[in-house]
Amino acid sequence: MITRRPRWTSYLGIGAVTGGVAVFLALVGMVETFSRRQIIVGVISLGHALLLLTGLASGYAAGRRAGRPAAALGGGVLAGAATGVVVAAFVVLGTSVDFRHMFVASSPGLYDILTFARGRAGLPLVVLAWTLVSVVGAGLALLPATIRRPAFAGAVTVIFLGLFQELLQLTLQEGTVQTLLRGFLFTGDGLLPRGALTGFAVAAVGSIASWRWGATVRGRARSMPPRSRRISAYTALLLAVIILFYLPRIVGEFPSQVLVFVGLFTLMGLGLNLEVGFAGLLDLGFVAFFAIGAYTVALLTTPEKYAIAQFSFWLAVPVALVVSLVAGVFFGLPILGIRGDYLAIATLGFGEIMRLLVLSDFLKPWLGGSRGIINLPKPIIFGYEFKEFGQLFWITIVASAFIAFVAARLRDSRLGRSWMAIREDEDVAEAMGINTVTSKLLAYGIGGAFAGMGGAIFAVMIGSVFPHSFNLLVSINTLALIIVGGMGSLPGVIVGSLFLVGLPELLREFAEFRYLVYGAVLILMMIVRPEGLWPEAARARELHAEEAPAPAAEEALAAVGSDGEA
Amino acid sequence: MKYVRIPIALMTALLLVVAPYFVAQAPAATVGPVTDPIGVVKINKGQPIIIAYWLVITGPNGNLGIDSRRGIEIAIDDRKGTLLGHPIRLIGEDSGCGAEGGTTAATKLAANKQIVAAIGSTCSSEARPGAPILWKAGISTVSPSNTAPDLTDPKRGPTFDGYLRTAHNDLVQGAVAAQFVRTQLKFSRAATIHDGSPYAEGLANAFADVFKKQGGTIVAQEAVNVGDTDMRPVLTKIAAAKPQLIYYPIFVAEAGFITRQAKEVAGLEQTKLMAADGVFDPNFLKAAGDAAVGMYQSSPDFGAFGPGYQVFLQKHQKKYGGKPLSVFHAHAYDAASVIFAAIEKVAKKDAQGNTYVGRKALRDALFATKGFKGITGTLTCNQYGDCADPKIAVYQITSGDPNKWDPGTANPKKIWSPAAK
Amino acid sequence: MRRSFWQRFFSPITLFLWAFRIVVILAILVGSFRTLTAGKYAGDQWIDVIVFGLSQGSIYALIALGYTMVYGILRMINFAHGEIFMSGAYTAYFVAAAFLSSGFLNRNPVVSLLVVIAVAMATSTAIALLVERIAYRPLRRAPRLVPLISAIGASFFLQYTFRGFFGAGFQAYPDWNVLKGEVVLAGIGVLRTQAVAIVGALFLMTVLYLFVMRTKTGTAMRAVSEDMEVAAMMGIDVDRIIVITFGVGAAAAGAAGVLYALVFRQVWFFMGFVPGIKAFTAAVLGGIGNIPGAMVGGIFLGLIESAGPILFLDGLGIPSPNQLKDVIAFVMLVMVLIFRPTGILGERLATKKA
Repeated sequence: MITRRPRWTSYLGIGAVTGGVAVFLALVGMVETFSRRQIIVGVISLGHALLLLTGLASGYAAGRRAGRPAAALGGGVLAGAATGVVVAAFVVLGTSVDFRHMFVASSPGLYDILTFARGRAGLPLVVLAWTLVSVVGAGLALLPATIRRPAFAGAVTVIFLGLFQELLQLTLQEGTVQTLLRGFLFTGDGLLPRGALTGFAVAAVGSIASWRWGATVRGRARSMPPRSRRISAYTALLLAVIILFYLPRIVGEFPSQVLVFVGLFTLMGLGLNLEVGFAGLLDLGFVAFFAIGAYTVALLTTPEKYAIAQFSFWLAVPVALVVSLVAGVFFGLPILGIRGDYLAIATLGFGEIMRLLVLSDFLKPWLGGSRGIINLPKPIIFGYEFKEFGQLFWITIVASAFIAFVAARLRDSRLGRSWMAIREDEDVAEAMGINTVTSKLLAYGIGGAFAGMGGAIFAVMIGSVFPHSFNLLVSINTLALIIVGGMGSLPGVIVGSLFLVGLPELLREFAEFRYLVYGAVLILMMIVRPEGLWPEAARARELHAEEAPAPAAEEALAAVGSDGEA
Repeated sequence: MKYVRIPIALMTALLLVVAPYFVAQAPAATVGPVTDPIGVVKINKGQPIIIAYWLVITGPNGNLGIDSRRGIEIAIDDRKGTLLGHPIRLIGEDSGCGAEGGTTAATKLAANKQIVAAIGSTCSSEARPGAPILWKAGISTVSPSNTAPDLTDPKRGPTFDGYLRTAHNDLVQGAVAAQFVRTQLKFSRAATIHDGSPYAEGLANAFADVFKKQGGTIVAQEAVNVGDTDMRPVLTKIAAAKPQLIYYPIFVAEAGFITRQAKEVAGLEQTKLMAADGVFDPNFLKAAGDAAVGMYQSSPDFGAFGPGYQVFLQKHQKKYGGKPLSVFHAHAYDAASVIFAAIEKVAKKDAQGNTYVGRKALRDALFATKGFKGITGTLTCNQYGDCADPKIAVYQITSGDPNKWDPGTANPKKIWSPAAK
Repeated sequence: MRRSFWQRFFSPITLFLWAFRIVVILAILVGSFRTLTAGKYAGDQWIDVIVFGLSQGSIYALIALGYTMVYGILRMINFAHGEIFMSGAYTAYFVAAAFLSSGFLNRNPVVSLLVVIAVAMATSTAIALLVERIAYRPLRRAPRLVPLISAIGASFFLQYTFRGFFGAGFQAYPDWNVLKGEVVLAGIGVLRTQAVAIVGALFLMTVLYLFVMRTKTGTAMRAVSEDMEVAAMMGIDVDRIIVITFGVGAAAAGAAGVLYALVFRQVWFFMGFVPGIKAFTAAVLGGIGNIPGAMVGGIFLGLIESAGPILFLDGLGIPSPNQLKDVIAFVMLVMVLIFRPTGILGERLATKKA
């Protein structure tokens, strides 16, 4: 292989781009807002941590480019210096000219953060700091993986602990062991230094352990006789069920609510997965079925004047499922002939039509208009009321399990295969004798029914339905989460839901930047890993086939192996 | 077979360990010198008393919540940041002006057992799911800016037992606005526009009801969507009905468009425009510009607030370098004051200097507030949570320059209030 | 046996679609008839409504141009196009505000307006090219959904970047004194700002049309949209053409942004979202990949939104009909997609499988 020695100007380029990123983060307000939060109290704030990470990443990139130790360090120096100069120039510009009426983040506080509160005099220090950080990053690139991986795991854990410190502290509120742990690790708003070190150490040790013994354990597991394998699998499943059962109590009310949201979006994701992942029907109006499910339950259970009947939750849900299914078929009928991106826009139109109709004064006498329908009772079974979010979480889990089961069976059924045939090439499928009309209508209907189930649970969770909850963002979110999680794969939907719904909810204090990061993550994921975080093996192969035409036999073996376990 | 025994043993052990979680939580509690059927908050010596807010602080309506939060902060300053020897700590959540945001904010706060009381929410749609969630955790909440009538309705249910508000009821605001139009302007034909939000719809309906009762005719009731920019078609439709005044109690963005475009629609040249407290915001002058000159607004009567209000404004100017951003800062100040007074009333200290506050006792003390001299007026809470001394006035905008925002005195200028008779 | 099974299923569907068509057309006819006979609205009010629709529609048309050109070449819905529109308008606001405070605005209104438009076009082009380079180019060979998600991500990213930079509030565009008031054409009073919007949009569209039809680059663009690989074989630099397409579409959107701001006076970070969707609807209505189609689609959409609620919804007795104007637009869209998927003016480009 011929490698060209990278020109030294390319390092400057890396550094300049990083400087641009740092300036961007500053102007967008992230640096200042993050600086109000301490990761390790008294040591480093989140804002500085953000800049630190940027510098490290830049150095790392420079180091990787170089390959040789001397060149790597030199490259790191160059990159870091370039970044430092860009940032310093920005500070000079910002402190001499008042930009604040234009760029709202350009406040004195920001420049204090960037110059470590030293003002213009601190500029040489700034350049030096960036250079140092970049060199460290380059050094990281040179380190062997045995050191790098634990260090990385440790750093990620410290950041994780610092970011979620509020939630962790809430979880550790009661109980002697918990309070001791909490006092040891945290204080007020962030980690204590000793807490950070502990977290780092534990993660690093864990990383080294999993590296050393992970392969052995996996080998052992694979070589167990089938009967004991099955037993361990069932035990693991049972343990998982028990943990899920007690999870809400352990983590508290707010995380339980987040878990319910995650569960709901998983339901929606499974439904959309049917349409997009299996049948290839791009549906951007999915929120319409969510709304139909929610409103059906609302109209059937509320004591207010809009009620059609007074059912209990358990009777209303099947009705909602049926109504959503019929609605799905009904909406699918006109758009049967539309394909591809046109379908996306047509369904988007349907979703918006639904929302506007539900909001309108026209349908207000029946649907409540903007006031919505309120006072929905919580589900009751044999006198036990599902009041708390934790209890609703159980309902969501059961519903998700049921629906995941149905989806899995459908996937392997004849209907599922006809969907996949339609997805690959509709005309050929029709030529092969598949009834595309029925298949598509069933896809819309069943997908809609799944979403309707989600809507039903949503309605009782919030206790009311407002039209404002059923906007385009929900559809886009659902689509994004099945793609980021891994399209067509059921565990992928859960992973996607956790990352794109759960994580932002848990990090509510940074809600200002939620969609900024969301957008960036979407773009990055599509470029780097378009098959998603937990993809179907076939999908991953498809998408990466162009990049690495590796020996076919080995790949096939690997695919079979992972398929067998998945 | 031994492979089966181990998992079974594990499971049994696990069940035994976690079974206590299953047992229903016994109703609390006697902690220290205080017994309370709902729960007791213990604040250790030297630890802060935690008050939480759940307000809208981000987004286009963020000024509403930030304005209220500043009122609370000034109230804390006035107490020199301490209460009963403990520092006062203010934490909070953004509630997003919607049911989900309200639910999430309330849930997050409800999980924190150290919160003594809460102030919020900003938008009425948040309070409907949020207040019951807070009350389930025993946290009483006083809202500085919810105005929807149904939140303090006698039929609201026991889940709202912990909810009070220092803001006026929109039934009052709509009534005052209608009264003004009918008796002062002597108009008999009016039209309303709402934007699909529960607040706007409620207020528009309140206005319409009173207007009709006083003998006027509502010639058109229209609606736009949040995010609409072209209001000319709907204004043309209204123009056909020849109203003398259009009442559009909506928020800054859409109100700005309507105000500007009304000047451009044929048939509305003589029609007067009127909005409500949702646009009592310098951003509205930015949005509507000179087209807003001469239009009316209904809003809390700052002039009737009493001398304490002027002092408040001075403190606000000193601390934040400008005039208040929105309408409910004084109500938030009063909400905080009422809460502090109630805590002082029911808190008990023990020998070591720890403080205990019973949750039900606090709630009862809040509801028992009578004749409390706040800066918005004299506050007396009725059994359903309405504490406000509702004084609504009508203002007129005199200048379209956002730098000339001088609420109450010059721009918008107060021109009428029902008490002035 | 298969055939008859098919035929059995086919007819109910066709019947249903026919019923759908008839219901919608009947609703429109009955509603319009009742409104017109009720005589609630005077003649010049109708004319006003039509003028509003024209000005709104011409702005949609300008934005739709960008969508239609990019879709024609890359078969991709550029979700971020609405944000390109916003970025042009927003950035130009600062220039306009500066001009206003220095007095330049009202001394030289035409020059200042042209400068503002130029800045808007330059900014939006720059941002569009950046987005293309970072978010779309690496994904050119990926399956259809992947660039779509990337585009959605780019859309969010741009919105919130602008929010972070410039704040979440509104900025009010300055008033050009010379543009205040009305201008009377053939007895119809048209607001000056609206007139500028309509004329400006028409002018730009004509320029673009000529560019695509008459110049060499334009022909290259058409060739690439017909068949990318053959065009490359013919010696056309496909990458360069794609970049030019993005750039031209973005420039049109930036100019549309300024015209929009002239008429509606407010800019904020979220202003691109809804016009973006509407503009894509317009592009599809008119026939995607088709420049005159985008124009027709945009104007048609603007008119429908403006006049529709008053014309037929009111006649059907629906309260607050203007709330439902988007419903009308989307129903039109679905109707067109079902019954005439190539759009009003038909798809100029080869009917490739989407």
